[in-house]
Amino acid sequence: MTPHRTRNILICSGKGGVGKTTLTANLGIALARQGVRTAVLDADFGLRNLDLLLGLENRIVFTAQEVLAGSCRLEQALVKHKQEPNLALLPAGNPRMLEWLKPEDMQAIVGMLAPSFDVVLIDCPAGIEDGFKNAVSAAQEAIVITTPEVSAVRDADRVIGLLNTHGIQPIQLVLNRVRPKMMANQEMLSVNDVTDILALPLLGLVVEDEQVIVSTNRGEPLTLSGSHSPAALAYSNVARRLQGEDVPLPDPAKMGRGLRAKLSRLIKTKIF
Amino acid sequence: MTLRDTINRLLGLQRASATTARERLQLVLAHDRSDLNPELLEQMRREILEVVSRYVEIDLDEVDVSLETEDRVTALVANLPIRRAKAVAQPGVKAKISLGVNASGPPKVNTPGRPGPEVANSALEDTDGATAAEAEKPAAQDIQPEPAAEKARLEGSESLS
Ligand SMILES: Nc1ncnc2c1ncn2[C@@H]1O[C@H](COP(=O)(O)OP(=O)(O)OP(=O)(O)O)[C@@H](O)[C@H]1O
Ligand SMILES: [Mg+2]
Repeated sequence: MTPHRTRNILICSGKGGVGKTTLTANLGIALARQGVRTAVLDADFGLRNLDLLLGLENRIVFTAQEVLAGSCRLEQALVKHKQEPNLALLPAGNPRMLEWLKPEDMQAIVGMLAPSFDVVLIDCPAGIEDGFKNAVSAAQEAIVITTPEVSAVRDADRVIGLLNTHGIQPIQLVLNRVRPKMMANQEMLSVNDVTDILALPLLGLVVEDEQVIVSTNRGEPLTLSGSHSPAALAYSNVARRLQGEDVPLPDPAKMGRGLRAKLSRLIKTKIF
Repeated sequence: MTLRDTINRLLGLQRASATTARERLQLVLAHDRSDLNPELLEQMRREILEVVSRYVEIDLDEVDVSLETEDRVTALVANLPIRRAKAVAQPGVKAKISLGVNASGPPKVNTPGRPGPEVANSALEDTDGATAAEAEKPAAQDIQPEPAAEKARLEGSESLS
């Protein structure tokens, strides 16, 4: 029997508002449904939202702050999901924690979670400052999420550079808010454009889906209800691929132009 | 996409915005990854030309210094067609300088302040007032920031020599 080893996975993007927290919530539920003991850790201490997306905001008693201060036990702070008991949330503490929080604190937290969980998903704050540095120090692997827009891809590139210097491996990509029609009209960067530029393996494609907003309103992640909406399926597939299952990705050629992106593999940019 | 956009696209009057997006991204990422800003690149280009010009005469019209990226590895590629060597004539030889930068650990370079406009101006004045004696100095010392000025300078030195 191989010894139990917890996977600490950072969910990050660089740019804000591209879907980190939505992915963390849906992936957490999907993994739990697939029998994986999963903890989701809200590392966005400044603007915490993970509790809200999971519908757990009214059940928080203690947070990571009290755990670190030693004023409560980890089990007291963890909020177990009622419908999916394989999932637990460790809520972010007070924003004032940011003043003293150190990488060692984040490492201590994931160290405490390790014996009871198979996977820890760390919902990273936007940006590449201290919040990011604290979060990345606790992770071994990462999922970079981006949208097919120039600013988001550029910021993702910066983050990938930093993940590389931190020795994070593997780093996989989720492309969010894809609009197939715009891609077909070449009014949006294609899937191949983004994967070629960022040179990361693609873990998932999530289309723009109104149901994401509806589920956020309710505090019930799409993957919870077994919804058949396109985004729900995409998040479940991300969970399956993350466990090594070979789930084919939707054909990028049907979503964008495959060949042209291949032809421009050698990216040459004239600067003078 | 509006009907008008579609028609413009079909007539080749307008490019797909995704193409523009890709090209702009590639340019900005090549800079981001190499950690070099345009000023620094311009300075580097000048210094490369300066060194190479010490040994060979470069065809300044054909000089091409660019950043190429593939799989997160950025390379600086300088294509410097040689008109002739300073000592022995060797027409048609190309000097190709490649310098690889791995995106995972780009070298940190300190950014100097923007060179003041006075510097560039005085340099240009030097060129204009160049004497025959100055023209015989190695071209290396005479590389100017303005490509047009460089060209004029080298052509001048040719007719003088
Ligand atoms: N696939 C999608 N389709 C439609 N809307 C989406 C999709 N993914 C995310 N959204 C919406 O985008 C917004 C931002 O999502 P989210 O809060 O998950 O981003 P974030 O990266 O965590 O933001 P922050 O950087 O502020 O933490 C939300 O309103 C969410 O509902
Ligand atoms: Mg968030």
